[in-house]
Amino acid sequence: MFTRRTKLITIITESALEHTLIDDFDRLGAGGYTITNARGKGYTGVRDGRWPTDSNIRVEVICDTELADTIAEHIIKTYYRDYAVMVYIGDVTVVKPDKSGKGS
Amino acid sequence: MSLDPVVLFFILGLCAGLVRAEMRLPSAIYEFLSIILLLAIGLKGGIELSKQSIGDLLPDTMAVVAMGFVLPLLAFPLLRYIGRLEKVDAASVAAHYGSVSVGTYAVAVTYLTAQQIYFEEYMPLFLVLLEVPAILVGIVLVRGISKNTRWGKLLHEVFLGKSVVLLLGGLLIGWVAGPEGVESIAGLFFDPFKGVLALFLLEMGLIAASQVSCLRRYGLFLLGFGVVFPIFSGLIGGGLGVMLGLSIGGTMLLATLAASASYIAVPAAMRIALPEANPTLSLTAALGITFPFNIIFGIPLYHKFAEYFHTIGG
Repeated sequence: MFTRRTKLITIITESALEHTLIDDFDRLGAGGYTITNARGKGYTGVRDGRWPTDSNIRVEVICDTELADTIAEHIIKTYYRDYAVMVYIGDVTVVKPDKSGKGS
Repeated sequence: MSLDPVVLFFILGLCAGLVRAEMRLPSAIYEFLSIILLLAIGLKGGIELSKQSIGDLLPDTMAVVAMGFVLPLLAFPLLRYIGRLEKVDAASVAAHYGSVSVGTYAVAVTYLTAQQIYFEEYMPLFLVLLEVPAILVGIVLVRGISKNTRWGKLLHEVFLGKSVVLLLGGLLIGWVAGPEGVESIAGLFFDPFKGVLALFLLEMGLIAASQVSCLRRYGLFLLGFGVVFPIFSGLIGGGLGVMLGLSIGGTMLLATLAASASYIAVPAAMRIALPEANPTLSLTAALGITFPFNIIFGIPLYHKFAEYFHTIGG
């Protein structure tokens, strides 16, 4: 089995930003992302997902430290003032089968 | 005042929401209901258009689009200078009130049908045309015709939003297929229309109730604006209806369209176009105040307007 330590950047924000964020990731060079619907409460109050303007998404990108920092900086600079945004970065270990494909 | 069952469903949702009953429609069902409503309204309008000469409707269409540009321009100074809202918030709320609510239109059509009052069935054409102009006015009021505005992205959001695509798609399908062609799908779109609308309004009642808690934050001005401006714009719509020679039913529908405020297309567009505007402010007004007011009290009132205008206008 092959493991690699890398970064996971998670962004919890408004669903209105989904398409814009996808464009941003492509431009910044992220190889992939995962988006799930989310709801909860934070510094902008309760966002319960009952109406499109009250819906959140949780976006996760696994990437190296440099790209994670670039994405975080871009998001805070561009969206933090006007949108509900929470960004956090953590260490993760990605697990893949080894190159023979059999695992170990 | 006798209320239609669909309005009673709305009131049920509103009451259930206010007492925080554990009830909500799954979002996929709500989406499905709204798709059926949008397509059914579009198809009905399209069938009627297939019987009309489009050229004859052109002057009326242009007058209605002009009304779509004028209404937000009337709302804006009231919000800015009497309500003392920030410029961007005033523009955003004005855009909501210049645009239209498909749910309100559907209830108005049900009201006319139940009372067997004739109306011009091509009205959905006006409905779709009134969605967009106010959004453009709202953006230009804040940004001007700035080169920095990402117009490509904004126009995509405005013209390719769900309601515009489905209404316009329904209109085109109805227009191309004609009455006989659409007959084969009437079982899904037309026969259960009222039941679908009732369920849709149940959920809308629950959502409107969830906005009420925000009302306290914005005070009496917003409450007053959410009731008084629709009556004022209803008078403008009714007046235009008579000038265009519409029937009493058609005049009432145009008054209702003018009086209604958008709570789907415009909030989505404004979040992208004017992100610094407070989205809760507009939604509380449009969905928490004006929508319930129009559904319960406004529609019968706009009917009275239409009758009155027809009496004085000959």
